[in-house]
Amino acid sequence: MEKETVIRMEELTKRYGAQTAVNRLSLEVLEGEIFGFLGPNGAGKTTTMLMLLGLTEPTSGTVRVCGYDPARDPLKVKELIGYLPENVGFYEDMDARQNLRYIARLNRIPDKVSAGRIDRLLEEVELAKEADKRVGSYSKGMRQRLGIAEVLIKEPKVVFLDEPTIGLDPDGTNRMLDLIQGLSRERRMTIFFSSHLLDQVQRLSDRIGIMIKGKLVAVGTLDDLAQRGLGLEEGEAYTLEEIYMKYFKEG
Amino acid sequence: MRGIFTIYQKEMEDHFSSTRFLLITALIVMVGVIIASMVGMSMQEELRGMAKPDFIFLLLFTSTGKLFSFIQFIGFFGPLIGIILGFDAVNRERTGRTLSKLASQPIYRDAIINGKFLAGMTMIAIVMVSLVLIISGLGIRLIGVVPGAEELGRLLIYLVLSILYISFWLGAAILFSVVFRSTATSALASLAVWIGLSFFIGLGGSLLADAIAPMQQTADMAQAQDSFVKNAEVQRAASLLSPATLYGDATSTILDPLRKTPRSFVLMGPMERISLSRFQNPLPLIQSVVIVAPFLISLVAITFACFGICYAVFMRQEIRST
Ligand SMILES: Nc1ncnc2c1ncn2[C@@H]1O[C@H](COP(=O)(O)OP(=O)(O)OP(=O)(O)O)[C@@H](O)[C@H]1O
Ligand SMILES: [Mg+2]
Repeated sequence: MEKETVIRMEELTKRYGAQTAVNRLSLEVLEGEIFGFLGPNGAGKTTTMLMLLGLTEPTSGTVRVCGYDPARDPLKVKELIGYLPENVGFYEDMDARQNLRYIARLNRIPDKVSAGRIDRLLEEVELAKEADKRVGSYSKGMRQRLGIAEVLIKEPKVVFLDEPTIGLDPDGTNRMLDLIQGLSRERRMTIFFSSHLLDQVQRLSDRIGIMIKGKLVAVGTLDDLAQRGLGLEEGEAYTLEEIYMKYFKEG
Repeated sequence: MRGIFTIYQKEMEDHFSSTRFLLITALIVMVGVIIASMVGMSMQEELRGMAKPDFIFLLLFTSTGKLFSFIQFIGFFGPLIGIILGFDAVNRERTGRTLSKLASQPIYRDAIINGKFLAGMTMIAIVMVSLVLIISGLGIRLIGVVPGAEELGRLLIYLVLSILYISFWLGAAILFSVVFRSTATSALASLAVWIGLSFFIGLGGSLLADAIAPMQQTADMAQAQDSFVKNAEVQRAASLLSPATLYGDATSTILDPLRKTPRSFVLMGPMERISLSRFQNPLPLIQSVVIVAPFLISLVAITFACFGICYAVFMRQEIRST
């Protein structure tokens, strides 16, 4: 069965004054894939996501998400996607349920429908016990999990996660990664996530894109990257770190 | 429009639980009621045993007590309600990092602004209507007169004018909350514009008038008069830039039927002087409306202009959660 292209970028460029944050990026992500977007700080990962979401306008190039142009058809795109921003914020005076219900209402999900979904999601992200506390009192890990619940409440086809594990402790990181993996396996969601942490990208992704200083320097499965980047034969041992450092030095 | 009602609902809840809004409103309602009831009590004294003049009920709102009349007070401090409701409407979501989440939901960005504006406007309407109702209730008890149909009509127009006027300030404050990323900056900017347009334009106007058309102290009466008139006209022209002045003129025309022009200084020839003294009849309601209509239109127009700028800035703004 031929898989559909869910995200397509062609020659995508974003400039801020003289600085080029994203430089002629061309990339496709297929349905059901977990795509890991790897790059150091300032590489342009967030900027790329913002262009995919229609939260900033590209300087040039084209973007299609599920076949729609986020700048032209913002609502079509936003109905289909879920976005977890880099530093997600909440309405601190409301509890987890109220925050989730607000997002559900903005997606025109009736309260009757969302009530059940909210309960299930809170179980899933292990916040059921704290659901009635003010979000202002939540720890970083709890906030991040609530953020995931907010992304899922609208049952999106494509999920964009910007550094989903940032600031989490090892245990929290593991739980988050399992959660993300579950989304892809059980709900067949397409996942586009960014990180600067090699081991996480390695563990989760079907395919990896390495971005350095605004340029996509390599893209493919881990094996592809090893063969092309390091010139290794199949079966030879390597780590993503070796590949990454090689590109990093070249970049 | 999609999402606008959801946002409206949430904003209303926020306003009702916002301490600073409740504080400033309580203060304004309190002072407003005190001013009007002082006027009511002195009227009660003065009118004892006398025939009640026409439109006595409206005097509650227009006569000057110790310092201000009620409508002057609202003209000065009403805008604060609009500013408090709007100055951090958008940048609060930006600093709280909820804006990128909000903007990635399937709603148009103008729904965010419109929902917030409508919620603020509803709060303004609630405050103004309850203020006028409280004062009317007090007035009926104090002076024992029930307002007639025309007086009610005039009060209604006053309410519409005031709600629109304060909403203009709400719109301006929301514009600042879009333009400035920090809530402190947008608060200061709103206050600066409020003070500038409400208080200093009068001052600047008279300075300008003295510079352009100084009053001459000559023995020639005609010439002195002439220069006096010119000076006043320049001052008047400058004050037209101030929404506060326009609003003050409009409301006093509406609530004081004996006023026939919004101007405080009228150049009168002998005929006008005669007509004023011979035909001391109140202006019919419809005529008062005609006088304030241009003000109403220009108020709505500048509010829309605020919105236009707001949309233009916000629609294309990058929304980053850092
Ligand atoms: N509004 C802006 N104006 C000017 N330059 C900007 C702006 N936003 C981002 N940049 C620049 O664009 C580049 C890419 O930024 P971006 O946030 O996309 O990086 P990133 O890969 O997400 O990094 P991080 O890992 O730190 O989140 C950076 O060099 C940054 O300085
Ligand atoms: Mg980033």
